Amino acid sequence: MNMRRSVPALVFATLFCAGTAALAQMASDRSPELTGPPSPMETIPAAPVPKWVTDDVRKMRAYPEQPPVIPHSIEGYQLSVNTNRCLSCHKREFTQSSGAPMISVTHYMTREGQMLADVSPRRYFCTECHVPQADVRPLVENRFKDMSELGFKPAGSE
Amino acid sequence: MTAELNRRELLKAQAAAVAAATAGIALPASAQPIPGGVGALEIKWSKAPCRFCGTGCGVMVGVKDGQVVASHGDTQAEVNRGLNCVKGYFLSKIMYGADRLTTPLMRKRNGVYDKDGEFEPVSWDEAFGLMAERAKKVLKEKGPTAIGMFGSGQWTIFEGYAATKLMRAGFRSNNLDPNARHCMASAAYAFMRTFGMDEPMGCYDDFEAADAFVLWGSNMAEMHPILWTRLADRRLGHEHVKVAVLSTFTHRSMDLADIPVVFKPGTDLAILNYIANHIITTGRVNEDFVNKHTVFMRGETDIGYGLRPEDPRETSAKGAANAANMEPMDFEAYKKLVSEYTLEKVAELSGVEKSFLEELAELYADPSRKVMSLWTMGFNQHVRGVWANQMVYNIHLLTGKISEPGNSPFSLTGQPSACGTAREVGTFAHRLPADLVVTNPEHRKHAEEIWKLPAGLLPDKPGFHAVEQDRMLKDGKLNFYWVQVNNNIQASPNSSNEAYPGYRNPDNFIVVSDAYPTVTAMSADIILPAAMWVEKEGAYGNAERRTHVWHQLVQAPGEARSDLWQLAEFSKRFTTDEVWPQEILDANPAYRGKTLFDVLYGNGNVDKFPRSEINPDYANNEATEFGFYIQKGLFEEYATFGRGHGHDLAPYDTYHEVRGLRWPVVDGKETRWRYREGLDPYVKPGEGVKFYGRPDGKAVILGVPYEPPAESPDDEFDIWLVTGRVLEHWHSGSMTLRVPELYKAFPGARCFMNADDARKRGINQGAEVRVISRRGEIRSRIETRGRNRMPSGVIFVPWFDASQLINKVTLDATDPISKQTDYKKCAVKIVPVA
Repeated sequence: MNMRRSVPALVFATLFCAGTAALAQMASDRSPELTGPPSPMETIPAAPVPKWVTDDVRKMRAYPEQPPVIPHSIEGYQLSVNTNRCLSCHKREFTQSSGAPMISVTHYMTREGQMLADVSPRRYFCTECHVPQADVRPLVENRFKDMSELGFKPAGSE
Repeated sequence: MTAELNRRELLKAQAAAVAAATAGIALPASAQPIPGGVGALEIKWSKAPCRFCGTGCGVMVGVKDGQVVASHGDTQAEVNRGLNCVKGYFLSKIMYGADRLTTPLMRKRNGVYDKDGEFEPVSWDEAFGLMAERAKKVLKEKGPTAIGMFGSGQWTIFEGYAATKLMRAGFRSNNLDPNARHCMASAAYAFMRTFGMDEPMGCYDDFEAADAFVLWGSNMAEMHPILWTRLADRRLGHEHVKVAVLSTFTHRSMDLADIPVVFKPGTDLAILNYIANHIITTGRVNEDFVNKHTVFMRGETDIGYGLRPEDPRETSAKGAANAANMEPMDFEAYKKLVSEYTLEKVAELSGVEKSFLEELAELYADPSRKVMSLWTMGFNQHVRGVWANQMVYNIHLLTGKISEPGNSPFSLTGQPSACGTAREVGTFAHRLPADLVVTNPEHRKHAEEIWKLPAGLLPDKPGFHAVEQDRMLKDGKLNFYWVQVNNNIQASPNSSNEAYPGYRNPDNFIVVSDAYPTVTAMSADIILPAAMWVEKEGAYGNAERRTHVWHQLVQAPGEARSDLWQLAEFSKRFTTDEVWPQEILDANPAYRGKTLFDVLYGNGNVDKFPRSEINPDYANNEATEFGFYIQKGLFEEYATFGRGHGHDLAPYDTYHEVRGLRWPVVDGKETRWRYREGLDPYVKPGEGVKFYGRPDGKAVILGVPYEPPAESPDDEFDIWLVTGRVLEHWHSGSMTLRVPELYKAFPGARCFMNADDARKRGINQGAEVRVISRRGEIRSRIETRGRNRMPSGVIFVPWFDASQLINKVTLDATDPISKQTDYKKCAVKIVPVA
């Protein structure tokens, strides 16, 4: 198989009737994490363990419904039936002193949509939806388009 | 504490800085008109089931300018009521990886096909042309048993159904199996052996009714997150509710456990028999229920491990030839069998504290406590997986805790249509739709009648199952092979010795349909680009018998086409004269000269519904191409198998209107609990409980012993390897690794290991190691403090990472009854990379 990192995309694309997306994509850098090593059964070195992003900078969501990612380390956080370390900063009562964003109002709703006086037990395990991010580059570009780039103009922009 | 204060101060400073930076471009607060009106902001929202696990959450998918731009949990979907897990929340991005396959690719050299050539783009016509030529050659030279297909629990119902027709009726081969064989075959066999009917009697409503939950080999907190939220909701919201979690290591689900049980691999069988023994010896058998509704059977023992027949572990196994045998026994004999599983003996064998075992047994024994048992791969991927499934039914049947709200033995599934497609449609090597089997002449006749095909057409011998397909490819007995919607070179056990060689065997021709260039696709001879998820109209069936349907919402990129289109279009390349036996054509001359498309899909059933019945708000590429509403036609023909036989489905159009319905759907009403009068329309007044899948109406309690795993650690390979998944990635990661947020959340597989075990080998956290078995090795990084806390002597490696193909290391041992691989138990050694 010849689709290795050493094959320049341009040469490859020129040789065989250029232009198809498949060619361009397959000649470009292949990631063993996605498509396997060049020889599929080869044993290759394991990448070093990356560091977590811990800059505390809130990351823009890809769309309004997206659960925000966690911009700090959660290593060693207890999240058990007795303790929830996340809520000790992000629960409404603690946000003023912590400066952390308050969990969304939806997190106070029951399965039936009623608001409770405290976090709904169905939302108790934060890491089902909210995940920290390792300081690595994506394996492959994702061409998802943000809705704000799709041609309409927001209120007040004209 | 100081660190925390510093962090807070830093946060405040940053927030102020960001506010200052944006001040210059802040929008005025007063109301402003939206150019084009609010209509310009509107997103078209449509329902669809999630693409990932078997939970079957409803999602709302937002489309703008032909793109999916957002998704969220469907508040009207009963399964999840507005929630998604992190994977579900990122569904919007799974179709947009930059390396989507957009054109068919063929290995070529000097402009012609060559097995050792490089992939070059070709037209669909050229790809199908070569495929048809190869398939015909193999059929002519070796017959139908040399043709095979490996499908998926991610196929839509229509796709699985179109495939089963093409393979069995078209090519007359039963060599059709789904990747679901690796996933829940043990569960399916156990249902058939115990109840005579597949799939759970209960449903997810049991979560809100149970007083106790017992997880047997299921890490729901990561693998079924939304069901976990329902369980957590019940446990945290109701003080009397108890949770027991059984596993071979400590994982996230243990965070909620009142009774955490870490047992030695394989000894769950002994624990199950101990519980049965405890129920009997403490006088808590529900005798009335047991007498009326159950029969006792003794299973064949010493049944081997599903390895190649020449393996010494097979030749020495006395019961291997009759592994599925069950002989009648009585309660006294059963009582005697389980009596040897005393608390002392089982505590010793399993390594579990006696008090935990007793507490666990009491959850079941206490008649006032409603219990939901839940299991997935820990039970199913088990060399005695069918037994383990049946042994948990034993406990529920002995106590009568079954088929009513909250009392529910519940087998979870890992794929979105493992139930709907693999099981209900019957894409296993031995099955036909609606629990019918190829070995039963009446069942074949029934299928031939519904399909309007000549009598005697369907083959009667079960085909090769998943692991056997790999072996037959390697041995050169299976030569034309088509893989759809799965990544088997990454998933298959002992892959470098048993799976990959078959793909590259010069005698074989391998076709892989996928949306992305997976390891499996890269091992093929032809790659076909697939349309995925909402790029086509679809139907899935989840773990609680819920069938749900979605519309095509966007167009697939380039020339990518759905698997349904691929199957039906390919069938046009064959005539009956080329593939059916002369004697059948002689007896049925009207079928001569027809294409397989004509007889399979143009049969008056599948092409019955015109395109005008399609909702004009949505595209339907397949209907446009074929000229009729093919999805509805396939569904309605398929539904004929089950209507009136306990598998009733609603009219197809209904499913576009509702958030799924749980079969049997009788008189427009779904069925939440089966086998109980008043809840199940198939149980007649006065019958109380009836397990009507079996002729005697009774469920089977199976007497079987503990038997050891196929391979255990020894002096050289001194540690157990368990494989599995992580929350952020689904299966082989071909979708989730392409979502940057999910990739970054878990960027590479790790070898989870006990810290003392690591220290003894001179290995530090994060160090690179070789994970070596008798079959192969990978390199990974040690994790001693992550989400999984390993006991001494056990490691865990997830399989999503194609650069760490852990299935090179695993053993291709299966449950001898279900033929499902045991991915949870083999022996390895860990060596630091020098």
